[in-house]
Amino acid sequence: MLRLAGAVPTLLLVIVLAFLMVHAAPGGPFDDERVLPADVEANIAAAYHLDEPLPQQFLRYLEGLLKGDLGPSYRYRDYTVSELIADAFPLSLKLGALAMSLALLLGVAAGTAAALRQGSTFDRVVMGFAMTGISIPVFVIAPVLVMLLAVKLQWLPAGWSGTTSLTRYLLPVVTLALPQIAYIARLTRASMIDVLARDFIRTARAQGLDTLTILRVHALKPAMLPVLSYMGPAVAAILTGSVVVEEIFGIPGLGQFFVRGALNRDYTLVLGIVVFYATLIVLLNLAVDILYGVIDPRVRYR
Amino acid sequence: MSIMANRTITISLGILLGIAAIALLGPWVSPNDYTSTNFDRLLSSPSFKGLHLFGTDDLGRDQFVRTMLGVRVTLLVAIVASLVSLIIGVAYGAIAGLVGGRVDAVMMRMVDTLYALPFIFFVILLMVAFERNFLLIFVAIGAVNWLDMARIVRGQTLSLREREFVEAARLGGAGMLRIVTRHIAPNLVGIVVVYVTLTIPQAILVESFLSFLGLGVQEPQTSLGALVDAGVNQMERASWMLLIPATLLAVILLCFNFLGDGLRDYFDARHTS
Repeated sequence: MLRLAGAVPTLLLVIVLAFLMVHAAPGGPFDDERVLPADVEANIAAAYHLDEPLPQQFLRYLEGLLKGDLGPSYRYRDYTVSELIADAFPLSLKLGALAMSLALLLGVAAGTAAALRQGSTFDRVVMGFAMTGISIPVFVIAPVLVMLLAVKLQWLPAGWSGTTSLTRYLLPVVTLALPQIAYIARLTRASMIDVLARDFIRTARAQGLDTLTILRVHALKPAMLPVLSYMGPAVAAILTGSVVVEEIFGIPGLGQFFVRGALNRDYTLVLGIVVFYATLIVLLNLAVDILYGVIDPRVRYR
Repeated sequence: MSIMANRTITISLGILLGIAAIALLGPWVSPNDYTSTNFDRLLSSPSFKGLHLFGTDDLGRDQFVRTMLGVRVTLLVAIVASLVSLIIGVAYGAIAGLVGGRVDAVMMRMVDTLYALPFIFFVILLMVAFERNFLLIFVAIGAVNWLDMARIVRGQTLSLREREFVEAARLGGAGMLRIVTRHIAPNLVGIVVVYVTLTIPQAILVESFLSFLGLGVQEPQTSLGALVDAGVNQMERASWMLLIPATLLAVILLCFNFLGDGLRDYFDARHTS
């Protein structure tokens, strides 16, 4: 309950900051090369409530937010921002969830294997790859993979719209997951090394349990705690990555709308997506906090 | 142990200095410049003819000079943005650590709150709302990356404040200002250097991300992110336009990360020994 109360001011801060930034912008959203007659401009401003004082506009926005209404899009006529988000988000969610699952699966497996053979060549190779995966941004990996696998070798489809086969998911999901695989592998390795050195693991070994059983029954849960706390930042990173990946592969998800909105100066759309993403991340962090307490009773003291 | 005996540090620093030197001197030596178009040589592959070492782009502009300019812009943004985050982070962290008590608790609670925000989206929002000028990019990126620095400096200041030599200075009659400048600040330098090195690749990442989306550095100026974007659009006809800037960006980021890691290990080892 206390944590939930903490999430509300954070969300309010996000909304106020985002709202102020957009409204502090020099020039109106409908400024164009074409100069409009003054009365037309006044009518447009009135239609979008831009003639009201800022506090009143903000309250109107908040009121709409509570009803799930993010206002009309300035560029996509006849659509509300909420409709656009509802249209585009499911696809982004699907890609993001696939990438996250892949990252967890491979990251934890690679990190654990490296921790078991700490200092070996295998360990060093995995960690070298992890450093590379962390350093190189998605917008460098994605186009290079497309060029090699899709354009030169023609193994996989390069774009999204040209095909309906499931292979079109492969490149976007893998590129989205790669940096997270690297991060999770590093986190898992470090915490697994830490856990494996503890007394209860030595006891389990002394009882004659094999490595797989020790990992499954004893080591995995405590070693996963740092990975769990990384879930919030990981989702934020995947959202950021999805902006790039959707742009490169031409996937009609929310990330692409965000970039288009940003380039078109569609203020309400960009503001709406920022508020939506921020809410998502704040709620997710809250869920992680609560889950953390469930898995590790020692942190429930507060 | 001398710092230069550390292989990770020397190699990554050497590569970075090499790239920076070529980026500074290259465009000056090259007979080409970054805005001249040549419609006889559109998308020509890298060659020594006309000294187009990295080929030309879809407007016939020399890619070598453009890439080196991109490196310059990328490094400049990274360094200035890191300085901005250094100033904010050190000031914020030092104040929280020095004052302590309730002020510290409130200040750190604010940092925790800010950590939860998807900052990159706020930077994009800023770029949408305001003119996309250089200064704004610097400040926006710097304003994003100061949280880690504030946390580290605050923790270090808190622990330094309680150490015997600070107590001794206080007993010796030293004022607050003297304690901060003579006793606390010098002991923060090492850790601050490490974290600035680790902030630089993050700043590069944000800048190239923005430029890649077309929200950062604008034509005819360029940066590595903008060059990668241009390369993506031409990758079926001119692979060099993608591969060269992409590789350079990757190498620069890797070197900074290795440098930061190496420095951290170096300072840690000195601490424990």
